[in-house]
Amino acid sequence: MKIMNMVNAINDALDIKLKEDRGVIVYGEDVGVEGGVFRVTEELQQKYGKERVFDSPLAESGIMGTAIGMAVAGLRPVVEMQFCGFIYPAFNQIISHASRMRNRSRGKYETPIVIRMPYGGGINALEHHSESMEAIFGHIPGLKVVIPSTPHDAKGMLISAIESNDTILFMEPKRIYRAIKQEVAEGKYTIPLGKANVVTQGTDVTVVAYGAMVREVQRAMVMAKEQGISIELIDLRSIYPIDRETIAKSVKKTGRIITVTEGPRSFGVGSEISQIAIEEAFLSLEAPPSRISGFDTIVPLPRGEYHYMQDPYKILYEIEKIVKY
Amino acid sequence: MTIFNEYDPIKKQIFRIMDDDGKIINKTWMPEIDNERLVKAYKDMLFSRIADLQIVSYQRQGRIYTYPPNYGQEAISGAAGAIIKDRDWMVPAFREIGTMMAKGVSLKEIFLYYMGYEEGSNFKNAEFVLPVSVPIASQLIHASGIGYAIKYKKEEKVVYAFVGDGGTSEGDFHEAVNFAGVWKVPVIFIIQNNQYGISTPVRLQTASESLAIKSIAYGVKGIQVDGNDFFAMYKTLEESAKACLAGEGPILIEAVTYRKGAHTTSDDPSRYRTKEEEESWEKRDPLKRLKNYLISKELWSEREEEKLIPQYREEVDRQFIEAENFGPYPKEDVFKHLYADMPDDLLEQMNQYDRFLQWKETKVNNKTT
Repeated sequence: MKIMNMVNAINDALDIKLKEDRGVIVYGEDVGVEGGVFRVTEELQQKYGKERVFDSPLAESGIMGTAIGMAVAGLRPVVEMQFCGFIYPAFNQIISHASRMRNRSRGKYETPIVIRMPYGGGINALEHHSESMEAIFGHIPGLKVVIPSTPHDAKGMLISAIESNDTILFMEPKRIYRAIKQEVAEGKYTIPLGKANVVTQGTDVTVVAYGAMVREVQRAMVMAKEQGISIELIDLRSIYPIDRETIAKSVKKTGRIITVTEGPRSFGVGSEISQIAIEEAFLSLEAPPSRISGFDTIVPLPRGEYHYMQDPYKILYEIEKIVKY
Repeated sequence: MTIFNEYDPIKKQIFRIMDDDGKIINKTWMPEIDNERLVKAYKDMLFSRIADLQIVSYQRQGRIYTYPPNYGQEAISGAAGAIIKDRDWMVPAFREIGTMMAKGVSLKEIFLYYMGYEEGSNFKNAEFVLPVSVPIASQLIHASGIGYAIKYKKEEKVVYAFVGDGGTSEGDFHEAVNFAGVWKVPVIFIIQNNQYGISTPVRLQTASESLAIKSIAYGVKGIQVDGNDFFAMYKTLEESAKACLAGEGPILIEAVTYRKGAHTTSDDPSRYRTKEEEESWEKRDPLKRLKNYLISKELWSEREEEKLIPQYREEVDRQFIEAENFGPYPKEDVFKHLYADMPDDLLEQMNQYDRFLQWKETKVNNKTT
């Protein structure tokens, strides 16, 4: 065991896979010499050479498209999009090719690619650096979208993602890159993708969150507990495929469900989870499913961001409401 | 001295070996091809043209969906087909059936694709050929990535990547050539400048003096070639492959040609180009030029051609009918190729659909009885 934050844990996962599999190639803007703007790839170039860990030209479509070419030719590229707001030039390559190549060729070609990308708000950043647009990507057939919430999960999930033969968008909650430290097992372990994690068992309300929102819910839970409310916290881990079973089982038990997400509300992940609760546990529901989310607005610049972001009080407010319904 | 020095795009000189009548006008760069291979290349181009014209007529009969014909551009696809090796990669746009067939893609598979079966892109006897890419120029970036993999694995391979003149306006064209240039990877980018992107003429695509001249800005070798001149195309591709294998890639080739047919079977070129223009290009037809050369060397004759054409038509028909009889499209095929393992949720969607189909069957049966 070793104490790690999420940056260390992701770096460790990359290190393990680079060492183990010569097909793994890590590149993106500034990931080589500098080790990435968040230092996630620090020292990997020194360790594995400029052929395997390197700085690409500043062009997201180029990064994504070349990864597709490398993947069909037998490599396992792990590319970095520097910030979530810069992924859109690569969107065409993701939605038009990476997510379709296997289907288009009836399985002849696969695209085992991991797209790593920091996302989410709460770090006082410039425009385009704070969005949480997982729902857009969850809507793309052929793509998987996963989000860890702890250093332990980040390491195990990233190793699974690199070993998968699918294209996986691995979204990293940058707000908690360094905020959470925990003991992380040394060496290789994997966490299966597509399975949610029941973080805390509870009886009154199911709260589903992921990424940086898990910690916010945990803070709200401390206050809820003082009021005698027992929360079952589910860390979704995977946006797509979504773990219907874990959600259904929990809602059948508690009869109430709240989703906590950072992105805009409409057509969001919260809406999808609410629908799952209705389909799978309609007769157990004691209250309408509730969505805590960003507004259907642009994320405000740092001075106004707190209006938009979720915090323990916003969560507690909804918990009180759903219990009293 | 190489063709890339002599025909440096900055000199604004198009590389030609044969004139419009099939006479050799540039002996210096005449490639060495043995007669057997040369005749085979011609026959392959002829087969491609016959197939093309026949597909257009199938489409008119409602037996195949939209199809983008190749005719007029056979020398590019044909020369690439004659040069490309089994081990090489081909990254097509969608007007390169000659090269695809040379790589081992069957006409039947091409038919299947345009009849609406993904199975047509699951090439049974062709390795290292990507499926047709519909979003213009986006495939070129894949070629640069494949080039990186080749270089990384130290393989003796070259990537042949195709795009049209319109595609050079896309950002992905720029990113692809730029990445390939920075990485110095073995990719031959072949621009089939057939003068039109659907209806838009090439002069509305760029203020550059040529498409080949763009290579200079990327720091890569480039050349403008008469794309209807089989020998010039052959020589260019031969030298390009050699340069790539020597680590001097990538190469950007502008092959100047003319799309004799419509953009696709849904298009009507009379809306945007004149009969005079079409006729002026007729004189430069790539098949006619090579045929004239072959006849002048007594390597080919009209009689042989007349004998061959009905055989080719029959072969095209045979493969077309095979494709027509390919059979139903099972529902599982909609679902099973999205992921390495089908997610539970997707499996459930398939099962739900199955229950609907069963319900529908009973419903429809009850109605008819």
